Amino acid sequence: MANPTGWKPDVQAGVAHAAQEEVGLGHATRGLAFEEGLLFERGSRGRTGVSLPPRGSDADPAREIPVALLRPEVEGLPEVGELEVVRHFTRLSTWNWGIDTGFYPLGSCTMKYNPRSSEALARLPGFAELHPLAPPSMAQGALELMYRLERALSEISGFATTTLAPAAGAQGELCGLMVIRAYHVARGNPRKKVLIPDTAHGTNPASSALNGYQVVPVKSGEDGRLHPEAVRAAMDEDVAAIMITNPNTLGIFESHIAEIADVVHAKGGLVYGDGANMNALLGVARPGDMGFDVMQFNLHKTFATPHGGGGPGSGPVAVKEQLAPFLPLPLVVREGDRYRLVTDPAERPRSIGKLREFWGNFGMFVRAWALIRELGPEGLRRAAELAVLNANYARALLKDAYDLPYATDSLHEVVFSDKNLKPTGVTTMDVAKRLIDHGFHPPTVYFPLVVHGALMIEPTETESKETIERFCAAMRDIAEEAAVRPEAVKAAPVKPVRARLDETRAARKPVLRWTPGMKVE
Amino acid sequence: MNLPDDLKYTKEHEWCRMKGKRATVGITDHAQSSLGDIVYVELPEVGDVVKKGESFGVVESTKAVSELFAPVSGKVVEVNDPLADAPETINEDPYEEGWMIQVEVSDEKELAGLLDAASYGKFVEEEQA
Amino acid sequence: MRYHPHTEGDVREMLEAAGAKSLDDLFRSIPAPLRLNRPLELPPPADEITLFSELRRLAARDDVQHPPFVGAGAYPHHVPPVVDQLLLRGEFFTAYTPYQPEISQGTLQALFEWQTFVCLLTGLEVANASMYDGASATAEAVLMATRITGRSKVVVSAAVHPEYRKVLATYLRSSGDRIVTVPFGPDGRTDLAALSAAVDEETAAVVVGYPNFLGVVDAVPEAAAAAHAKGALCISVTTEAVALGLLQGPGALGADAAVGTFQSFGNPVSFGGPAPGFFALREEHLRQMPGRVCGATVDKLGRRGFVLTLSTREQHIRRERATSNICTNAGLCALASTIHLALLGKKGLAELARVNYARGRLLSEAMERQGFRRVFSGPAFNELAFEVGDAEGVVERLASRGIAAGAPLARFYPDDPKLRGALLCVATELHAPELIDLFAKAVRS
Repeated sequence: MANPTGWKPDVQAGVAHAAQEEVGLGHATRGLAFEEGLLFERGSRGRTGVSLPPRGSDADPAREIPVALLRPEVEGLPEVGELEVVRHFTRLSTWNWGIDTGFYPLGSCTMKYNPRSSEALARLPGFAELHPLAPPSMAQGALELMYRLERALSEISGFATTTLAPAAGAQGELCGLMVIRAYHVARGNPRKKVLIPDTAHGTNPASSALNGYQVVPVKSGEDGRLHPEAVRAAMDEDVAAIMITNPNTLGIFESHIAEIADVVHAKGGLVYGDGANMNALLGVARPGDMGFDVMQFNLHKTFATPHGGGGPGSGPVAVKEQLAPFLPLPLVVREGDRYRLVTDPAERPRSIGKLREFWGNFGMFVRAWALIRELGPEGLRRAAELAVLNANYARALLKDAYDLPYATDSLHEVVFSDKNLKPTGVTTMDVAKRLIDHGFHPPTVYFPLVVHGALMIEPTETESKETIERFCAAMRDIAEEAAVRPEAVKAAPVKPVRARLDETRAARKPVLRWTPGMKVE
Repeated sequence: MNLPDDLKYTKEHEWCRMKGKRATVGITDHAQSSLGDIVYVELPEVGDVVKKGESFGVVESTKAVSELFAPVSGKVVEVNDPLADAPETINEDPYEEGWMIQVEVSDEKELAGLLDAASYGKFVEEEQA
Repeated sequence: MRYHPHTEGDVREMLEAAGAKSLDDLFRSIPAPLRLNRPLELPPPADEITLFSELRRLAARDDVQHPPFVGAGAYPHHVPPVVDQLLLRGEFFTAYTPYQPEISQGTLQALFEWQTFVCLLTGLEVANASMYDGASATAEAVLMATRITGRSKVVVSAAVHPEYRKVLATYLRSSGDRIVTVPFGPDGRTDLAALSAAVDEETAAVVVGYPNFLGVVDAVPEAAAAAHAKGALCISVTTEAVALGLLQGPGALGADAAVGTFQSFGNPVSFGGPAPGFFALREEHLRQMPGRVCGATVDKLGRRGFVLTLSTREQHIRRERATSNICTNAGLCALASTIHLALLGKKGLAELARVNYARGRLLSEAMERQGFRRVFSGPAFNELAFEVGDAEGVVERLASRGIAAGAPLARFYPDDPKLRGALLCVATELHAPELIDLFAKAVRS
């Protein structure tokens, strides 16, 4: 076995029996965990956790507002003191896995370290307490920051201009497709179809459908890449656009992108870039230079704004000059040394309009700008290099233990499958759950759909060599354990506060909120 | 794989049992086991008309959605309403208690296009290979 | 670089293991002509001290010395420090969508609590795990109504937030659905006669604000009755959710869906975002609800736990036939609201709402003392429009004194001559009675 690092999985000395010894390869122990009920199940009548000022007026709402529209209190709300609230959420937090807890190699999600600087800066009163309708003279700092971020994102992606408005990646996709549609409408025909490769994120077809486009799937080749012939065969003058993630969700660079773009452009179509995997390209290559006409960023992936347990995101959309007139409002502009937002459709008559209230997820702009500012051009390129290095290192340490369905070069992430484990009965889901016992967050599982039993690993640049080694040791350990004690793998996880949860029960008999006397058994 | 001989099958994994002009329709044992735990089923209403090869409803597991395709055309005369509250019946007993709809067949000639148990079994094997 | 732990030695060893000659070599799959052969044109790297001095300088150019007297969809409220200190627990803010429920019970249980809060405040039966914002939540609710009813017309009150209506128009542009806007009367409530006349058998939904954009408590029961008479859904939109501590939940008044933002709970105005959109619904329409939803279940040992559920509605499974393309939503903002609502509790929310109502009355009286009459006669909560003459001039003048004065309604309703001099202002628990007096005087002089 080629193992140039000299590292060996230490099967005998406690590693295989990590769970028994209660220390995983990620150094996870069982720790001290508390049971904690719902807020609504605790507290006592009359308690509160806030300190409010006097009303200042004894005006009676019932004299103004129809009595039928009033209520004395909201029935069912909890009554808890401040300490109870603090303890409740502190305990809940200990049941959670975050990047701060440990390695989080969730493929396609780019779970890199969220800098504390960015958090502190976003909380500066000048940013956090600024009202979106404060007159521009009171908001020059925020507007300048938006302007600088817009310029930086356009430069990083190689496009003419960028809208910061979309609230998340999927809304960015929606925005990009609306812009594409508006462009085609302006040329007299909205067209009917969008081509989407089989490796795409589910948001791509959903965003297309929301825009009234019919989705035409395109098969990727045996090397995991999209080939010009496949696109040529599907391409006609009813196709509005093709949506391509580059590198794709297999972590593979679509090296035929320029030719594919030519094929699409020749028939009047446009090329949409899903920027979910932009982390691999920072400072190395720019989508705008390879034939893309429009792409969305995911600031919460590439620029380390926190994922927050499922948002908020931010999905700026960058476009070529010819699409700029169609971008949504607002746009931030500089006039001399002043900055302002263009919000009046009269100034941008071809704009698709507004996608969300106000100006975008400004709090995320501050964080993303802070990271770009701290890293600079060299640091951004270094981020891409190390992200790709880490993924390739993980690939080297795992390729003889897990099936690698595509031998093609990997960029920032690598996809394995559970094929080799088939004789043991252990599946990708079992591997994922066993990783938890070792003290690692599992990779993305069962995606992309083109790989049966996919395990999609994206380490990101902020993880150290040792962390990746320990993670790969755990992966290898699980593969070996699957051969000798598959039942132990299938019983995982045993360490978290909850064992595997019954998702079937949740879907068959949905309980989606607390009600008095609620019992879930 | 449980494949009763008295049924006709489709390549979309529905089965159909004829009694006079009335066809009872459900999904096969193979279909339910590949879907996994079924959590939801959406069926037409009595009086609706279904068309051979077209979608008449949806079954969902926690991780997948699958359309139901009518093996024959005709008017829906009965619907297995208890499935709405107990979709697991489809997993437990796909050919009896887990039936979905009964259809008054409008064109008996359509039955000729359906598979018998042996050919369906062979089809499934080939599909899996 | 503090975020990049690799030593030169690490890089060397890792490259060797990966079979690459250099870092550049790792990118060999990118054809040379597609690579960038120059450094990005960006400012050079900044150390932490430079970074902070630069961004502090920028932040200092924003004038936030006084609490703004403008609401109009983003409300200045006190955020108890408990909220932010708990949000900063890394296990919360550095987690992603809870794909692995066993190690995401914190996020999941908090979402379950959020869904419960949304249901309790709106008086509806089910809620999702949050939306991007109130405007897109409104658009998604209308799209849902068109799916449920199979109809393609939507009747929207002109008193629904104008930005929300613009977003709705953007979302509906490609679907072929039609928006009919009905006016509001001199009381600031939706013109019910016009509404009833507009609703017909083609109408999928009626959309009204509660309170509406003009700060007026709109007639949800009547709007719901008009919708239901023709088989349409009634959607209520709330931007100032503190009002729900004083007002009946829209669900109890007949609304079939309630959407909007909970920004007022635990989220700073932050120049307009992020903030959590909410989406609540009658249970019968659950399968048509967009977005993620958390449900209770049990683990293998029979202990209660939580998972994301009903995911077959969503894009990652149903792809182009999903109920929406939404994926990431506003989880952390929803957590902020959940923590704030927990602190408030039953008594605190009722009192906060009454403080806000009282401050609205103080504002009204102070402005009247300065000779500014209220534009609308309908019942208000904490936001009111006043006739001030040159509204833009007032805003400009007060800006120079560090006060964000309000939203001139003519910006939003340029064709309505009655609103030419109208200024929409808000007063909350942040606006002490003396400050309100000073404000009214400042508007005068």
